[in-house]
Amino acid sequence: MPNTSSSKKHCQDQPQLSGPIPKSHMAKSEENKKNSGKKLKDVEISVPIVYGNIAFWLGKKASEYQSHKWTIYVRGASNEDLGVIIKRVVFQLHSSFNNPMRVVDAPPFELSEAGWGEFEIAITLYFHSDVCDKPLNLYHHLKLYPEDENSSMSTKKPVVVELYDEIVFPDPSEAFLARVQNHPAVHLPRLPAGLTLPPPIPVEDASKRRKGDTKDNPLSQWFLNFSEADELLQLAAARQQVQAHISKLKRQISLIEGQHKQLKSSDQ
Amino acid sequence: MDAKDILGLHKNSFPSSLEKKSRPPKESHRKPDGISREVYALTGGMPPLMPSIHSSQLKKKPLPPEKVTWQWLPFTNSARKDDLHLYHWVRVVNGVLPTGDYSFAKYNKSVDIIKYTEEEYEKYLTDPMWTKDETNELFDLCERFDLRFVVIADRFPSSRTVEELKDRYYSVLRAILLARAASSGDVATHPVIKDPYNVSQEMERKRALSMVLSQTRQQEKRDEEVLIEAKRIAELRMASKVTEQSQLVVASNADAEVTEGAVPGETIPPSNVQLTPFTDNASTLASLRMLRVYLRTYALDQMVQASNSSAGVRTIKRVEQTLQDLGVNLKPRVPTKAVCAEHLELRKEILTWLNLQKQVQYKEAEGSSFRDGSYSEPPGTPKDRTFTLDSINFGVSSERVVKKDQKRKAHGTPPTAAHKRPRKQKASDF
Repeated sequence: MPNTSSSKKHCQDQPQLSGPIPKSHMAKSEENKKNSGKKLKDVEISVPIVYGNIAFWLGKKASEYQSHKWTIYVRGASNEDLGVIIKRVVFQLHSSFNNPMRVVDAPPFELSEAGWGEFEIAITLYFHSDVCDKPLNLYHHLKLYPEDENSSMSTKKPVVVELYDEIVFPDPSEAFLARVQNHPAVHLPRLPAGLTLPPPIPVEDASKRRKGDTKDNPLSQWFLNFSEADELLQLAAARQQVQAHISKLKRQISLIEGQHKQLKSSDQ
Repeated sequence: MDAKDILGLHKNSFPSSLEKKSRPPKESHRKPDGISREVYALTGGMPPLMPSIHSSQLKKKPLPPEKVTWQWLPFTNSARKDDLHLYHWVRVVNGVLPTGDYSFAKYNKSVDIIKYTEEEYEKYLTDPMWTKDETNELFDLCERFDLRFVVIADRFPSSRTVEELKDRYYSVLRAILLARAASSGDVATHPVIKDPYNVSQEMERKRALSMVLSQTRQQEKRDEEVLIEAKRIAELRMASKVTEQSQLVVASNADAEVTEGAVPGETIPPSNVQLTPFTDNASTLASLRMLRVYLRTYALDQMVQASNSSAGVRTIKRVEQTLQDLGVNLKPRVPTKAVCAEHLELRKEILTWLNLQKQVQYKEAEGSSFRDGSYSEPPGTPKDRTFTLDSINFGVSSERVVKKDQKRKAHGTPPTAAHKRPRKQKASDF
């Protein structure tokens, strides 16, 4: 990817060197040249993700050491392909597993195993070099047994625990921005006025690439829905209530203060 | 003698004094001349440890004293090159004059400045910036003033800085030494060769020193602030590096602990860096910006901690209780940017609400103190009185009847004196 972006820049150079060029075009390419490699201050990229596990009880086929078949995964919140941002994911399992450090190099970033115990899994996300050179850690407690101890375990209905979060890149590089500007997995705020990005590099033949999104994942039927609308409504309602209380109290205070003033004046 | 018997010492073990060396060994039994037998017996029949004055000595005539006279005599100073004769008082003992050079002549030390020949100058020492005359002049001054460059710079005919003069002198010296030495190894240990004079470094150093000296108070303060900020940032980076490296170790350790059954272990909050809570919102934001990547939940956590740091534990619990009462998740289920912002605003508003509740309580207590009139001294600041009142009233649980409150509000007149206790307002009241 970096190679192609640099070749793009080179193309921009050429019109500058040859003949008279319309001023506006030159100004643009100059600006691009200045901005390339710089980090943008007011732009923040956020990638909504969902991570968690799905565990199936094996029922009759369960053995003492393998009672459940579980899958731990990291997916885009709307099941988009996270491969644009994430290079690989490392799942650190319990030491009783063979090779407890499991590396997944390509999306979909998931790992399936069989076992009987619940433990904490450390998930380390490694990003592409133009995205971020520092990995990010997540922790997920693997859940196999249902909350309600009395409910019977069934082989058909799995135990699902999913957590929503967002990866935030506060100071993304322009190269990164350019690459992902139209990708559905990534949320970009409105770019500051006057900022022009080079158009996204056309990706190689889409059919050749492996599907990295989880829209047609066999487990997708169990995926939970995370809509911020509900939460926002909840919060807005709560805020309204609190604001009403606040104004009530403010009125009360001014009332009392008025009374105090009266008392004072009556004393004198 | 008796004492010696008591002590059990051998009679002749005492070393005899110098004066009595010539006496025969049997002297312990012989009384020496000059002192009576009884007096001698006091010392145990042995010569005393301290040399005593012998009577014969007393009989001798004392030596004639030294005849000391003071004479006004001329003298010369070997340190001087001219033949100056000055006069001073001289202590003459028995007519013998003191010998030796003028006592202060030995302090006339000087530095050995090398002298180069014309030939050497032509061969090694030419420099575009310096003429031969100037160089000669410089060396002459160095000789005269013992390499005191400040003085030399002062006296130098053309204006050259101290650093330039030093540079020229040391480079000439270096060149001569290298040229005269049989091999370069011989002089390698000479300080001028080992640590050569660095003009630019010296100038920079002096400039920096003068800057530090002339710093105003304000500048000092600003510098300190910048340094503290820089230290903080450096620590952040260090902390993130250290925790990153230890993350995997921590994770594997945690895994080792949780093995059996459905142990509902506590999920460590996903974090890139574990930082101490900041009291300032702005500084929290700044520190988040410093991270290359972080999770939204982590950011929210930091901001909540920042806003909580200014409040006590009880207040924090009340905030959380209020959130629950309002039906809001303490940790948002879908922490998007908008949701987190709303959540933080909500928390702030709840804090404001709680503060206002406290204010109302204070004001009401204040009001009742006005009505009381039981304080004989002139009213101090309302705050003082409120506090004393509060100390009486708090801890006293009060069951407020809603009716009374409504009555008070409806009339808008000052309530009765009986209404002293501040009322704790609950969310259910509204």
